[in-house]
Amino acid sequence: MLRWLPENISTFGPGIDQLFYLIYYITGVTFVLVTGLLVAFIVIYRHREGRRATYTHGNTALEIAWTIAPALILVMLGLLSKGQWDLIKENPPPSDTQIRVTAKQSNWEILYPGPDGKFETADDYQVDNDLHVPVNKVVRILLRSKDVIHSFFVPQLRLKQDALPGREIIVWFQATKPGRYEIPCAELCGFGHSGMKGALIVHDAADYDNWLKERWPPKETGTAQADSSDAKKG
Amino acid sequence: MSQSAAVGTAVPAHHAEHVEESFIRHYVFSTDHKMIGRQFLFLGLFMMVIGGLLAMLVRWELAWPESQVPLTGWIPEPFMYDGHMDPAFYNALFTMHATIMIFFVVMPILVGCFGNFLIPLMIGTRDMAFPVLNMMSFWVAAVSGVIMLAGFFVPGGHAAAGWTSYAPLSAVPTYTGVYWGQNLWCISIIVLGVSSLMGSINYITTIINMRAPGMKLFRLPLTIWALFIVAILLLLALPVLTAALGMLLLDRLAGTSFFQGPGGGEPLLWQHLFWFFGHPEVYILILPAMGIASDILSVFSRKPIFGYHAMAFSMIGIAFLSWIVWGHHMFQSGMNPMLGTSFMISTMVIAVPSAIKTFNWLGTLWGGDIHFTTPMLNALAFVSMFVIGGLSGIYMAATPVDIFIHDTYFIVAHIHYVVFGGSIFGIFAAIYYWFPKMFGRMMNETLGKIHFWPTFIAFNCTFFPMHILGVGGHMRRIYNPLQYNFLVPLQPINVFITISAFCLGLAQIPFVINFFYSLFAGQKAEENPWHANTLEWTAPSPPPHGNFGALPTVYRGPYEYSSPEVPEDYLPQTRRLAGEPVARAH
Repeated sequence: MLRWLPENISTFGPGIDQLFYLIYYITGVTFVLVTGLLVAFIVIYRHREGRRATYTHGNTALEIAWTIAPALILVMLGLLSKGQWDLIKENPPPSDTQIRVTAKQSNWEILYPGPDGKFETADDYQVDNDLHVPVNKVVRILLRSKDVIHSFFVPQLRLKQDALPGREIIVWFQATKPGRYEIPCAELCGFGHSGMKGALIVHDAADYDNWLKERWPPKETGTAQADSSDAKKG
Repeated sequence: MSQSAAVGTAVPAHHAEHVEESFIRHYVFSTDHKMIGRQFLFLGLFMMVIGGLLAMLVRWELAWPESQVPLTGWIPEPFMYDGHMDPAFYNALFTMHATIMIFFVVMPILVGCFGNFLIPLMIGTRDMAFPVLNMMSFWVAAVSGVIMLAGFFVPGGHAAAGWTSYAPLSAVPTYTGVYWGQNLWCISIIVLGVSSLMGSINYITTIINMRAPGMKLFRLPLTIWALFIVAILLLLALPVLTAALGMLLLDRLAGTSFFQGPGGGEPLLWQHLFWFFGHPEVYILILPAMGIASDILSVFSRKPIFGYHAMAFSMIGIAFLSWIVWGHHMFQSGMNPMLGTSFMISTMVIAVPSAIKTFNWLGTLWGGDIHFTTPMLNALAFVSMFVIGGLSGIYMAATPVDIFIHDTYFIVAHIHYVVFGGSIFGIFAAIYYWFPKMFGRMMNETLGKIHFWPTFIAFNCTFFPMHILGVGGHMRRIYNPLQYNFLVPLQPINVFITISAFCLGLAQIPFVINFFYSLFAGQKAEENPWHANTLEWTAPSPPPHGNFGALPTVYRGPYEYSSPEVPEDYLPQTRRLAGEPVARAH
């Protein structure tokens, strides 16, 4: 079943997938065991004339065993999960690439801080739905919402985070493979929810430099700024 | 206790003199718990038809997006354009499918119908503690149902923010374009909360005070244990939802901003309040089915339930833990991630009592003498489907995996394995099992099996592949999967699911035929057709007003099947064996 998982292109993705597989095997074995016993019992103990059911109210040792066994497995899964979770959600690593993504019905508004690395300055560049990032670099997304709750989801990154109005949430990832991926909204956000999607464009190093140069030409920084702020208004 | 029993014994003479009741007192404004139970059953089954049809429209849209839906030409604009569905209407459809199924099908049938019908009969008393309150509880629920259905006919259409109605989407009319639909949705559920409050007070009082002599707490059938625990959960959980809905309504109508940032409110507050109600609610939907399945498995295995005390205590454990797991619905919501870890731990813990119950059901079957009646088949389906629903829950409890599967079809698969595979199979089992007691006639076994097998197969064909969609990343609540390149390869699965869902709908026709045929022309039921031990089977089928001739006295627990003390394979709770002391009021 897990072969249906989308391709994995993030550094923390394999950790999530390993846990996914582990739970898949554990629950798979449990399912086969329990259903196997269920089917075996209903076949073996089906009604036949003259047979009487075994009269028993339970077995304490057995009941203790099947309480402790699942408890141990679940504690182990909990500990394994905590490590992965903290890595992804608790401690965002430092990053040179910060991009503000503001969700609005039904688009992702992407704001690049420009060469000065600061938001809300003249060299910012704002565009709907196109998120350009470099490969193999930690990227920080500062996630906001203008209206309702949305959810930033990139299946291939194994990343999902709700965007809340009135809050900025830091999300990070490090993409390992250049390409173009979809950014659907995963939280119902109104009549335009279906079809609300952006594009994550992961560039290799050279390509990313080109994109930067095209956007912010090194010599004529001043005019580029003016252009981009016009584009933003338009 | 002896007092109430004494009061109870005085009643039948009184009732015997007044059997003549007007039609309205008997069928409409009845205070008899059995009639109220039947009323809740009809309300629930009627709503199930509506909820099911809404699901069919949702499924058509997902399989063949933006195509013309057959037979819907009569639905006016702006909902459908000559049979083509508007995305906002699609949102209203899945919102109302879930709302109706949860609040107007599973709750009225499991809690309203079987709670009312079974509690007095199984604990051995003549009626509920507060019969008039009981009558009001049904009629308030009926009013709530009318308000909910009225929402389909107001301008702007019905609520379309999901059954979870996350604010601020639900709090500001312009975000959805829905005005009175969402308001009526809030009002209806507030009213339903009043009904359920009246019911739960009644159940708790009745079970605590009115048990027959000898009916100790640990001689109660597990169905009654489950309903008792559910009544306590309802009493404590529903007011939280009512308060939240009141705040939402004020946000919409009075300009407050409890759930909106700019006015000083907080969108996450809604989610905390909603899920603080919502998670106990999940157990409100499943615990009665667990109790019912336990009783039916024991009866048709002709064997005592395995680990009776563990079964009761695990339900109590689930009920307590259900108050501290709500945050697992909010791992990706922006809640502090550290809180995510604590909710993950409590969620892992709540899986343990569910595992105990499953193993005890297996233990009950082991060494049994199993009779495959229709109620038994449905109870076995309950167990096996609950196993899948329970195991799939572990994926989302693990916070890192939940990052990926949250808000995907994996969740949709999980909830349907629990609420359809669990609660609805529990409902079918209960209807087939108690129909003879409710209506005095047996349901047809052949039709019952013609209903069960296609339902069981179509159910799995419908909901199992949803796990695969979820693994592929398919989001919930989208109107057209083909808008996403990464979902295009999954579309054949959507088509398969939709065809299976239509089969699942058609598979209910034998049930409807069986239900109404048996109601009028079924074989007359004897007092105890299943040779069961519990008290309801010592009353006539159907029981008259006042239920029992003389009130029963209880000598033992409910699960003495195949006891070596008697030659028959059952030993009713009321039967006194030679040498046993005469029971006194406890």
